[in-house]
Formats: sequence, C-alpha cells, structure tokens
Amino acid sequence: MRQLKSVLRTPLGLTATLLTIGVLVLAVIAPILWTDDADAIDTSNILAPPSAEHWAGTDNLGRDIFYRTLVATRLSVELALAATAIAVVVGLLLGTAAFLLGRRGGRLVNAGINIAVAFPGILLALFFAVIFGVGATGAVLAIGMAGAPAFGRLTQTLVAGIAARDFVAAAQVAGVGRLRILLRHVLPNIGEPLAVNATISAGGALLAFAGLSFLGLGVQQPTYDWGRLLFDGISSIYVNPWAALVPGFAVIIAGLAFNLFGESVAKALGVGVVGGIPKLPSVAAHLDDVEPVEDTRHSTDDVVLDVRNLRVTFPGVRGPIRPVRGISFAVRRGEAIGVVGESGSGKSLTALAISRLVDDSGRVEADRLELLGDDLRAADSKAQRQMLGTSLAMVFQDPMTSFNPTQRMGRQLAESSRHHQGLSKKDALERAVDRLRSVRITEPEKRAHQYPHEFSGGMRQRAMIGMGLMGTPALIVADEPTTALDVTVQQQVLDLLASIREADDVALILISHDVTVVGEVCDRVLVMYAGRIVEDLRAADLAAAQHPYTRALMAAVPDMHTDLDQPLAVIPGRPVDPSDVPEGCAYAARCPLASARCRTEDPALVADAAGHRVACWHAGEPLPLEIEDRELEEAEAS
Amino acid sequence: MSELRFDNVTVRYGSTTAVDDVSLTVPSGQVLGLVGESGSGKSTLARAAVGLAPVDSGTILLDGKPVPTRGRRRPLQMVFQDPYSSLDPRMSIGESVAEAIPPGLSRAERRTEVERLLELVHLDPDRLAMRPAALSGGQRQRVALARALAGKPEVIVADEITSALDVSIQGAVLNLVRELQRELGLTILFISHNLAVVRYVASHVAVMHHGRIVEQGPTGHVLSDPDHDYTRTLLAAVPGQSQSKGSL
Amino acid sequence: MSLASSVAPAPRVRVTSHPWVRFGVRRLGRLLVSLWVLITASFLMIHLIPGDPVRAALGPTAPATLVAAKREEMGLDDPILVQYWHYLQNLFTGDLGTSMISQLPVSDIVAQRLPATLSLALLAFICAVVVAVPLGVTMGVLTRRGHGRRTELGFTTTSVIIGIIPDFLIAVGLVYVFGVSLGWLPVAGNDTPSSYILPVFALMIGPAAILSRIIRVEMVAVLEADFIRTARAKRIPARSLYLGHALPNALTASLTLGGLILGSMVAATVLVENVFAWPGLGSTIVSSILNKDYQVVQAIVIVYGATVLIVNTLVDVALALLDPRSMIRED
Repeated sequence: MRQLKSVLRTPLGLTATLLTIGVLVLAVIAPILWTDDADAIDTSNILAPPSAEHWAGTDNLGRDIFYRTLVATRLSVELALAATAIAVVVGLLLGTAAFLLGRRGGRLVNAGINIAVAFPGILLALFFAVIFGVGATGAVLAIGMAGAPAFGRLTQTLVAGIAARDFVAAAQVAGVGRLRILLRHVLPNIGEPLAVNATISAGGALLAFAGLSFLGLGVQQPTYDWGRLLFDGISSIYVNPWAALVPGFAVIIAGLAFNLFGESVAKALGVGVVGGIPKLPSVAAHLDDVEPVEDTRHSTDDVVLDVRNLRVTFPGVRGPIRPVRGISFAVRRGEAIGVVGESGSGKSLTALAISRLVDDSGRVEADRLELLGDDLRAADSKAQRQMLGTSLAMVFQDPMTSFNPTQRMGRQLAESSRHHQGLSKKDALERAVDRLRSVRITEPEKRAHQYPHEFSGGMRQRAMIGMGLMGTPALIVADEPTTALDVTVQQQVLDLLASIREADDVALILISHDVTVVGEVCDRVLVMYAGRIVEDLRAADLAAAQHPYTRALMAAVPDMHTDLDQPLAVIPGRPVDPSDVPEGCAYAARCPLASARCRTEDPALVADAAGHRVACWHAGEPLPLEIEDRELEEAEAS
Repeated sequence: MSELRFDNVTVRYGSTTAVDDVSLTVPSGQVLGLVGESGSGKSTLARAAVGLAPVDSGTILLDGKPVPTRGRRRPLQMVFQDPYSSLDPRMSIGESVAEAIPPGLSRAERRTEVERLLELVHLDPDRLAMRPAALSGGQRQRVALARALAGKPEVIVADEITSALDVSIQGAVLNLVRELQRELGLTILFISHNLAVVRYVASHVAVMHHGRIVEQGPTGHVLSDPDHDYTRTLLAAVPGQSQSKGSL
Repeated sequence: MSLASSVAPAPRVRVTSHPWVRFGVRRLGRLLVSLWVLITASFLMIHLIPGDPVRAALGPTAPATLVAAKREEMGLDDPILVQYWHYLQNLFTGDLGTSMISQLPVSDIVAQRLPATLSLALLAFICAVVVAVPLGVTMGVLTRRGHGRRTELGFTTTSVIIGIIPDFLIAVGLVYVFGVSLGWLPVAGNDTPSSYILPVFALMIGPAAILSRIIRVEMVAVLEADFIRTARAKRIPARSLYLGHALPNALTASLTLGGLILGSMVAATVLVENVFAWPGLGSTIVSSILNKDYQVVQAIVIVYGATVLIVNTLVDVALALLDPRSMIRED
C-alpha cells in the first residue's frame, strides 16, 4: 500500500492513475449516457467537418464522431480486458507447467514457449485471426492467444527465479508437495510483477485490438470500437481527418494510461521513491566537529601515503551519510598495513578514497591526502592520472567480475602502458606477457590471448596483480583480494603479494574481514568500526589488543588453536548503520565494558609511547567472561 | 540410533561428475565435518542426501534403510548457506517453521510447538509473527535451524551455514550448533570450507577433493596427522596456522 | 626415446567438444525445429478453420462441382498425413500453391512483394539503430549513478510514451500532417525515394525509443560493474572508458533486444503498409485474409516467420562473436 501511494506522488504516476480511472469510468457510463446521440443518423449532414454541434464532425451517415468515440470506450476496454484475461490464464498455465511437470515435461513446455515467443505478437495475432475467423470474438481469441507465450515466458522466468531460492528447496526437504509449494511460496512472491505486467499488457491489448480492427479483421459493423472507427475514418481522411484522428487519440490515451499506470506501479514496487534524492546540503554541523587526530610520529621522507582526517560523504534520503568519519594513518615504503572490520565499517570505501575511485556522487575530504607527495585532493589532471596509473596498483575482491568480459586479457593489461608509458600496441602486449609470467601464470603468451572466463579464479586474481605491475607501483591497495578464493589459492595470492613487496619494496594496504589473514601478512593492523579507526597496532601485538572490539573479533572466529571446551565469543547486536551513527562511542551498544561516558562521549584515537593507538575509554580492561543468551537476544533486538 | 551412510554414491550433471563413488558414514549422534574447496562436490553430496540432487548410482541409507525423499515424513533436514534466501520473505517466521511440522497436530498444538522450537534456538517466541526482513542474518539462520528441527529429524545436513554471516555472528551460530547437538543427540553432516570451523564443531572429518573423499577419520587424528597429501595442502593453507610465513 | 615421443599421437581432440562447433550445432538445431513448427502450424491453419476453406474462398454462390473440383485439385480429400507429406514436398521444391482468387502462383506473388517489405523493414531498422545507439549511450553517461535525475526522468518518460504509441497510429498522424495538411510528402505507394520517408519514420520511431531506453539502462548498469572500476583504476581517459569498455558490453546486453526489434519490425510492416498502400507482403496478407485466399496467407506467414527466425539466429551468432561467454551460458 505504501508503494502504491508513492505512485501517486510522481507527476507521471498521478497522471497515469487518473487517466486509467477516467477511462474505466467512461467505459461504464458512456454507453448509458450517449448511445442515442452516437447512433442518431443525420443524412443531411454527412462527413461534416468539426462544428459547435458536432465537435469532431460526422461520419458517412452523419453520425457524431465524438459521441461514437466516447461510446466505443466500453467495447474497446471490454475486448482488451477479455483478451488480456485469456493471455494471463493461458500464460500462467504454460509458465507454471515446467515447475509442476518436473524436468522432462517442463523442458518440452519451455521449448514450446521459446519457439512461440520468437514470433512477433502481430504475426501470431494474424495467424489466430485466420483460424478463429474475422470478427470481435475471433479477434479476442487471437490477441489473447498471441499474448499468451510472452506472458508464459515471463511467468516461467519469475517462477524459475523463485524456484531457485533456498526456501523452496527447504519446503521440498520438509516434504511439502509441488502444487502446495507453487501456491504457498512461488505465486505469492511473483504476484506483484505478474499483476503489473498484466496491466501493461492490457494497454498493449487495447492497442493491438485497434490494430486488428483497423485492418478490418476485428470488430465488424454495426458494432464499433475505436479501431473500427479509425478504419472507417481513414477512408475519408481527406474530407474529415478528425473522423480518424479523434478515435486515434482515444486509443493512444487509453493505451498510454494502462501502460504508464503499470510502469509506474512497477517502478514503485521495484525501486521505491522515484522523486529523487534531495540535494546534498552543506554537511550538518555535528558531522564536522571531528577532532583532527594528532599523528606526527612518522617522518615524511619515506612515507608513500599520508592520510589525515579522511572523510567520505554520500547524499542520502534523510540527509548526508558519512561512512568514513575521520581517518588518519600513514604508510611507509615497503610497509604492509592491514585494515580489518565488518561489512559496513567503511574499510572498502577508505581504499577507494585513497585511490581516487569514489563515485562522483560521494564527497571525499581530508586535511591531508598525499600519495608520493602528490595531493590527491587537487583537481584531476593528466599528470596525476599518469602518476596514479603507474604508481598505484589496485586489486579488487571479485576476480570473476573485475575484468572486462569482452576483451582479451593481454589487451586489458596492456591498456595502461599504452596510455601512461606511451608504449606501442606490440610493446605493451609484450610487457603484459612478461608481467603475466612474473605473477607465475604458465604459458603467458597463450594466456594473454584468452578471455577472462577462460582463467580460473586464482589465475585471474594473479593477473589482476600483474596488471598493477605494468607500471612501477609504490603502493598496492588490495581490497579483500582472497575472500572469493579457496584457501589453497588464497595462500598462493598472499605469497605472491609478499614476494612482490620483498623484491621491490612496495607498500601494501590489505583490506580484509579476516583478522588471521591480515595478522599473517601485515606489519601493522588498523581495526575499523563504523567509519573510524578504533585501534592501530603491530600485527605481532594482536593477541594483546586493547580495544574490546578487536579482542572480540579475535575470539569470535575459531582458529586451529581455539579451545574446544569453551564457547566462542559472541558480539551481540548488529554493526552500525552508517546513516544512523549513535552518539558517543559507536561500539558502545555492543560492548560489554560500555559505561555512561561511552554513550555520550566519543573516545579519541590516542597513541601510547610505542605508537599503539586505541580509541576506547576502557582500553585493556578485563572483559566479563560470558554473555548470557537472553542478554544476547535482547541486544540483537535493539 | 540414526546413522547416515553413503554407499558408492555418484552424482552427475550432464558430462561432469560432481560426486564420484563416495562412501561415507556419519556415525549416530556425532557431527561429521565435510571439508573441501569450491567445486569439490560437498554441497552436491548434501543435496543428494535430502533428495535435491539426483543420485546416478549408489545408495544413501539411514540406519540401513533408504532415506525417504517423498511424502511428508523426512528424517533428514537441511539448513542452507544463505539465510537471506532460505526463508520465504512473505511468510512470518512462525509460518515458515510451522510448515515443516509434520501434519496431525491441532492449531494450538502447532503454535506451542513453534514456540518451543524458537525457544530452543534462543529466539523470543513472541516474534513468531515477524517477517524475515526484520531479523538479522544470525537470527534468520537460527529460524532456519528451528525449521529444520520442526520436522523431527534424525539427521541434520548443515551446508556452509556460517559462511554468509558476518564474523561477529558466526560464533553465536556455531555455539548453537554444538549446544543443540549435545542436548538433542542429533546426527549432523556439517559442511564447510573452513577447517578451523570444522575442527571446532565436528568429532569426525572427511576431506573431499574433485568429487572424491580422499581422507576421513576422527577430527583430532586427521588434522594432526593427515595421511593424504591434499589434506596436508589444505592444512598448510589455513591462515594463522603458519605464523612463520609472516616473516618471509 | 626422443623419437618415440615425437611420433606419439597427438592427443585426440573430439570435434564436438569445441565450443563453437557445439554452439553451431545447437543453434542450427533450434532453427530447424522452429522452422518445422512454423511450417506445420501454417499447414494446420487451413485445417483448423471451421468449415470448408474452399467454399469460404469461392463464396456461397459457387457451384458445388467447382468446389469439389478445387478440393480435388488441392488434395483436400486425401488423408491428412498424405496432405502433409505433399505439402512438405511442394515447399522444398518452392511450390507454394496457387492463389484461389487471382489464380497466380503464390511463389510469384511472394517474390514480387517481398523486396518492398524487406527494404522497408531493413531501412527502418538501420535508422532506428543509428538514432538509438548514440542517444542511449549519451543518456547512459549523462544519467549514470548520482547524475542527471531530471534528464533521466524526462528521457524515460518521453521514450516510454513514444514507444507505446503503435506505429500505425503514428503513420496515420504522419499522413495527416505531411500528406493532408502540408502536402509535402507522398503518402501512398513506393514509386519515389521520398515515398520511403514517412513509412520508415513511422516504423522506426517507436523501436528507436525503446532501444535507446534499453541501451541507456544497460549503459548505466555496465558503468556500475566491477570491471569498469578496474578500468578506472588504470586511469585511462574518459573516452576509452566509455567507448572502449562500457559500450561493447552495453551493446552486447542490448543486442538480444535489438534482434527482437528487427523481427517485430518485419511484422510491423503489416500495419504500416496498409496505411501507406505499400505494395509489400503486409498489405497482401491482410487482403488475402479478408478474401479468404488461404494459400497466400499460408505462404506469407511462413515467409514472415522464417525471416524472423533467421534474424534471431543471426543475432545469436553476432552475440557469440561479441561475447564468447554467451555460447557457454546456454549449455
């Protein structure tokens, strides 16, 4: 209901709804009110042009075109709805048959549908019009049957989509019958798109009917629908063009009304509010009062990346959303920094921000953001693009989707050298082959000519690293590079990254949700929570972490040394929603150590003498041993 | 007693053999952890057990009798990987659980049973009218467990039930699995790609590779003293296992 | 030893295992099955018509002996399987029968009318693509995520409305404006090059609107893809990003629809030809249906259907060339 209301909120949706209601009302009342006017024959006034008396002129018997058009609304709408009903019923039977009949029978029905949809609707309509005969009944059957395959295909696709979901499998495993699953699980979940498409096809049927009648194959005299009026009108278009134009407009308006109403509802159901996101106002005051964190430990000469008070803001429906809320750190030459956190902690966005890849809609701000001394806050320039293109390598999470599927691998690697190093096509490809070899891909010449889908996941990820090595990178930013990979392949990729670091003193930022992976590969670990760094410590010190969140992360996931007699640590509740960050410490709601102060005052990230930074009022305090289940339950509910 | 036994089971999809002549026993009242990498056939084996994948040859036996995959009584129940896909978004969680309860109960009895099941997985029974969308991933996975228990199963097949969850919630679900197994004496086939998780919940381990079981035995033995090369490769790749690698 | 290894037989590659061969065999098979269904359906059409088709064609006043002779000539009194067999035989030899009305061989009628229809459809398709691709791509770039919400709303609304209006109504409107009111352009026949302007425009405008809308949506979706982020990380110029990486993928995704549109354009000629008195298959099939000249109808249904099927097959081949994954996806 809420979604339907949102239809009315857009100008287009409102217009379409009003028009649809108008057409339906007219269909009911027009024949009651104006049948006599429409049928009144006036032989003294044949084929008259529009006048005050006859707004759209008269036809060859002197009958009023305007009234006839109004009265024809009912028959036109009735026929369209009847045809749609046939299409929907036959389509539903065809579309659900595959689900009910099982593998073999279903395949046969689907093959039939596939063949039938290949033919355009008008052709099917003509075919059936021949069989069912010329006239209104024949045309209803013809248009209905012609629409059935398309509706069947739609139903079949929707059913297949739901049938692949695990809840259908679960019902099967529970012993629920096929028909019952169809009625209880499948149809309710596809009802909305089906209804929407039925509305749209009602509009289509209306137009198709006009088409058939226009060809003289539909409604026959003395009855008339809009198409018939059009057919009669076009023969006298030179005498009174309005006799054709008025029913033409009627068809278009009614067809548009149904169609646009359906489309608006579809849009409302699918994507929510269409009205657009309010423009980003100047960021609210409380977002800006982030204290810049003093962090002057590092000398600047060997610093590759220097980030101070980095913030990323996106426009949101209810005001700006800031998923990264003031982050400061530096990366030295050859250093490996790990960034860990749960989904929504802002870790990936931080990676995109420091590599200037945040979407245009997001705003990146920082007190300082320098890569190799180059200010990344400056306007985009060719020189900077060249610097980034050669000095910064990116490795993304999903190697399956991170390559262009329509280009050969070699070309994708070569591209950056062609642009930034001015290599010829041939030289760039040669370098690409060499780089593929350097990331331990066998037969690199052959592989360079293959498409991404011919590579395995691990190979693709290595090729992605190889792509970063086309230049001479000083920093590799790897965002969850092994999450999508198997453990044995993960190990190869991590080893490869380590050996590149060793060989060329390349710095690495490794982003991961897995503390153990980060701990194994990195020198230092940044733990992120709700867009902030809550702890920054040496990887070797992870076991002695101070922040309760870091400690919980370490204990929540079993490793090969976990005590089998103890339950695993549990972090109650959910991660913070970036659009709704609470006052005070963002972790307070889930923290067993939280005090009143934590809920009001946000702790700053403070460094100790050894450079270990932590943002917690209770850093290092002992944790209560176990959380009761009931408590956990309540915490999750909040 | 409820022992699940796979005897020379083979599952083919077209020309590819997903499960190749697998023989495996899940001992009664025990948790068997089935580990393997993606494409090893472990999920197919699980689906075959509950009748979601066609078995080309071999038999799957529960206490020596074929597992029924038709009709209402299903002594094998399954919990799926993705709790966002395994619950019907249009049904309340109470309805989802109730659907799996064998027929023959009155309305009131069903409701009591649903409440009992939700309590068993530490969910507040007052929530039975809620839709899945109002629940977190961990809570949904607990509903899925309750639904599996509703069928009064002798064996539960758990297919990667923690891998779609955020790290902070995984621990809670694993704790629950161990607790349910201990309290109800369930036989569980626990499938995971994560050796550390399997080590934590399972008393027995089987290692699957290219559709075959390459090694099986008591967890402690397989993980500390593996016989097969592939098991050794897997063990070596577990992060955190080889801390020395960090200093390479 | 080295000799032995050099004469060792090369590993036998099974021909059928090559993806292109498998794809070709499968696609050809589907085309043949579809053609068979089409031919059989058009054969059955005559037999599904209630009553006697010959009587219907010749009219109630025709003498019974003439009807009987005609039935005899067409073999309508044979067992249905025999008729089916003769029908297939004749089709293979290019014999489509004789028109009951004009007494001309149907194959002559089709051969004479087909070029006018095909040239109309092809021209309209080319115009639609030439308009839709640049428009869709530009709109896609302008309305990519976080950009041009107003532009998107305006463009989508306009293109939806234009796309819905059926071509024959656009045709009527064009006849009125350019023929009746202004008298600038010919509105009937295909005698001069300028005769093409209005029919082509009427045919292409709707599909162009739909196609450009789809291309925009695909373009926006592709610009969100991971591999576009990868391409951006290479810091290549915007032109290479949009035309080199995004466009081919957006077009691949739109191509299936492009094929459907071309197919439906062939069929849409039926209505538009009737508005403009275009001497093609479209006006012929309608008059034949009204005259109950079923053998002509049968033949034209087959020609239309076969054209559409061949177009669809060509589109799938083009898709496989552009995106090799599409071959495998069907497996």
